[in-house]
Amino acid sequence: MIAANTGRMVKVEILRQDTKGGNSYWQKFQVPYRHGMNVISILMEIQKNPVTENGENTTPVTWDMNCLEEVCGACSMVINGRPRQSCSTLVDQLTEPIKLEPMKTFPVIRDLQVDRERMFNALKKVKAWVPIDGTYDLGEGPRMPEGKRQWAYELSKCMTCGVCMEACPNVSEKASFIGPAPLSQVRLFNTHPTGAMIKDERLNAIMGDGGLANCGNSQNCVAACPKGIPLTTSIASLNRATTVQMFRNFFGSDHYVD
Amino acid sequence: MSKDREFLWRRLHSLLGIIPVGLFLTMHLLINFTATGGAENYNAATANMEKIPFLILVEWIVIYIPLMFHAFYGVYIAFTATPNTGRFSTYRNWMYSLQRFTGVFLVIFIAWHIFQTRIQKALGTEVDYDMMANIVSNPFMLGFYIVGIISATFHLSNGLWAFLVSWGITQSPQSQKIATYVTNIIFVILSVVGVAAILAFV
Repeated sequence: MIAANTGRMVKVEILRQDTKGGNSYWQKFQVPYRHGMNVISILMEIQKNPVTENGENTTPVTWDMNCLEEVCGACSMVINGRPRQSCSTLVDQLTEPIKLEPMKTFPVIRDLQVDRERMFNALKKVKAWVPIDGTYDLGEGPRMPEGKRQWAYELSKCMTCGVCMEACPNVSEKASFIGPAPLSQVRLFNTHPTGAMIKDERLNAIMGDGGLANCGNSQNCVAACPKGIPLTTSIASLNRATTVQMFRNFFGSDHYVD
Repeated sequence: MSKDREFLWRRLHSLLGIIPVGLFLTMHLLINFTATGGAENYNAATANMEKIPFLILVEWIVIYIPLMFHAFYGVYIAFTATPNTGRFSTYRNWMYSLQRFTGVFLVIFIAWHIFQTRIQKALGTEVDYDMMANIVSNPFMLGFYIVGIISATFHLSNGLWAFLVSWGITQSPQSQKIATYVTNIIFVILSVVGVAAILAFV
């Protein structure tokens, strides 16, 4: 496709970092505007022609991307101060200069690329799956009421993109808070009829160091979530479930999962 | 403090903020309010409190120990936060930052307030209307006290909202919104009572 050359240039400022733990610095670029451009297409233009606004040659900017349709979460970055996906953020909707920064709540690998490993570790910690050992056919599981399935589907839209983690003032290197996304997954898998069979294990997993109680109710997560997941409702619901679990643990109840 | 007990410490912090610290603050402001009825009225009300048996024990168990835990653990919570109201200027995010800001300020204010009143009492000064009237005769002190009182009523009413969420009482966005209205009304009422009381000493 031949892009119509409108002559218009898009001003971009990018917070760059060459190495893990290295110093960060701003660099300015200008890229030719095309109709319907998203932030990724800007980064691709810079990759084709890595020259700054002042005409200095530089290294191409590094970023992560995968699906390009806002379902994988890989291309999340801070765009004009707000964490969001660079694939679904259109240039026409942004004020210039467009400022791109990595989500610094995670360790920065290089430029706009971050290491979201802590989120995947958190999913392992809370057992965000439906446990079946697969040694023999267990048959069909219990049925889920349709109404419940519909709202659980909303929670299942989480793509572990890290936007809620970046928005949360309690998630940072100085605090151990697990963050909103993995907590909401606890609610999702505790709702699933088969997943609920280890409900108590998931609740206990979020009742330790850096768990659920570290939420400070700023409610930024729900405002920032690109998928509109009711994260704060999930957290409040888990607060109730862990209140009950806390008393069960304390008094040694044998009602583990009912 | 063991980190794997963090859940219990946080829940205890939330609970103690309401019971007994929040209840104590409400009682305290109500008793102060008797000063609007004159010095004698206030002196009679405080003299009544002195009649509580085992008063020193009650003070430690109901006030000092819970208050100190809430204050010192709260300072830890406040300093592990990274406020970002610049990027997310929503109402709740402002409440989040203000809760931490007022909390740290209250540690300073209450430490000073205890030094100026309770510790002076332990050193032999009589606690009565004249003592407070003396303190707030200094306009700077009066301002400091008014800011302190409003910080305390804000921290309590917003803390009550957070308590309702943290214990899973208000779950849905609608219930949390209603709780916001109710706790805001509590904030206004307690502030009016508290500020009217301090102004009665001027």
